[in-house]
Amino acid sequence: MSDSSLFRDKILPIGTVVLAIIAIWYAAAVVLNTPFERDQAERAGTAVGFFEILPRTMAQDRPVLPAPHQVFAELWDTTVGKKITSKRSLIYHSWITLSSTLLGFAMGTVLGVALAVGIVHFQTLDRSLMPWIITSQTIPILAIAPMIIVVLNAVGISGLLPKATISMYLSFFPIAVGMTKGLRSPEVMHLDLMRTYSATASQTFWKLRLPAAVPFLVTSMKVAISIALVGAIVGELPTGAVAGLGARLLAGSYYGQTVQIWSALLMAAALAGLLVMTVDIIGNRVNRRMGVKPA
Amino acid sequence: MDFPGECNETKKRRPMPETVISAQNLDLTFETNDGPVHALKGITLDIAEGEFVSLIGPSGCGKTTLLRVIADLEQPTGGSVSVNGMTPEQARLARAYGYVFQQAALLPWRTIEDNIALPLEVMGLDAATRASRIRSNLELVNLAGFEKKFPWQLSGGMQQRASIARALAVEPDMLLMDEPFGALDEIVRDHLNEQLLKLWAKTKKTVVFVTHSIPEAVFLSTKIVVMSPRPGRIHQIIDCSALGTDRPLDIRESAEFLRIAHQVREGLKAGHSYDD
Repeated sequence: MSDSSLFRDKILPIGTVVLAIIAIWYAAAVVLNTPFERDQAERAGTAVGFFEILPRTMAQDRPVLPAPHQVFAELWDTTVGKKITSKRSLIYHSWITLSSTLLGFAMGTVLGVALAVGIVHFQTLDRSLMPWIITSQTIPILAIAPMIIVVLNAVGISGLLPKATISMYLSFFPIAVGMTKGLRSPEVMHLDLMRTYSATASQTFWKLRLPAAVPFLVTSMKVAISIALVGAIVGELPTGAVAGLGARLLAGSYYGQTVQIWSALLMAAALAGLLVMTVDIIGNRVNRRMGVKPA
Repeated sequence: MDFPGECNETKKRRPMPETVISAQNLDLTFETNDGPVHALKGITLDIAEGEFVSLIGPSGCGKTTLLRVIADLEQPTGGSVSVNGMTPEQARLARAYGYVFQQAALLPWRTIEDNIALPLEVMGLDAATRASRIRSNLELVNLAGFEKKFPWQLSGGMQQRASIARALAVEPDMLLMDEPFGALDEIVRDHLNEQLLKLWAKTKKTVVFVTHSIPEAVFLSTKIVVMSPRPGRIHQIIDCSALGTDRPLDIRESAEFLRIAHQVREGLKAGHSYDD
């Protein structure tokens, strides 16, 4: 029963979408790469038919859109085929990006929770900080990322921390907003209850507000960790970084290595999926321990 | 300590019970955007130790507000209240009462035993004392064996019983109950009324009970306070001690019961509770 439902509920719908995407991808690759082949044939003065062009559109060195199997071959080659310490290993680059993602995410979570706690307990902070928190997210990250790198470099901070700072800058926001909502989620009745016990503000916080906020925190952490990854990649772009997924993207676009770009993109997507899934699994485990009714 | 009720009607009683809750000429006005709302006006009421007093009246008559004033959850704008000879705030800080809300208000992330432990943790009791109070109070409300369940695994009636156990675990002198069975169906309510009476007989605690059910009020109370709305005030106080202390469910068909119920209904009518 549970086996068949795993197939029906998970594998079948996801598999169908994956197959559809690959089919569309192949079709798009043929359409987008055909003009180059026609151009080549015209210059050589030979007439080619569609069926001669078809295989060639999927084997170009620098295609407009590489075919899926080219990207997967590149992925295979740069993950399994290279030593992890190699500068050409995608796992090495992923690790560079991942480390600043995780550091930035941790910093963002701490900052977001701290802001939320302040905002919930002090009305002045609510009034003075909230507009700035919202404004901070309206500034395009691409504009502010180089500034952060330059300023931090000027005070002698380089390497992991500047990139992590950009991740933090993006990821603290959903945490702060979600956590503020969560800390305010206890009903009036529960707050009255704590009052009838003559509970102190800190007892009310630890025993009522904080546990009530946990489901909100889990949800916002899922959003935060994926944008922390975006922040880390964006942080690698303007710095001329030599390592990291962002650096791979940048190098790929300098040299027209579309296959390399796409494999880095897929790697980033897989990494994001993995991160969100990890938070999700941890979140579900926490929720179950806190007595949330299984769906 | 002085006994404000002594000089009035309570004098007739032979063993003089101590007045534990005393309200003198209590006023409470809420300032709203539509102007002031007189939630309570000129409330004077004495409740003696060990009494079961019901506050009955239509919505908006201030019965819940009166209970919340006693519990120091609302501040009166005039008059005075004393609880156990203290101000309501001092009584709250001394944890003189246990409060039971309309809903069970159990924390969903805590098991039943951990929910009952909540006030005990706040009080700073050690683990052994907590464990023994949890056990004895769960037994008192017939919930032994449900310690490890989460609230959603229990029926509404069981949840409310757990919340009563939680209020009793504080070992307060009195119980303040705000329509505790209002959200439950008739059958469960009958059952819990019976259990509450037994509990009251066993613990001898003073109970102030808000309800809008006439049979419930008559069945449970030694004294019924009939309130009327706009402004919230006391219309009449009806004595139910004629029903005795041993009250099986079928006492509700007795002539005495029906007479008191009729008296309450007449009181509500005279207090304009049935006006449109």
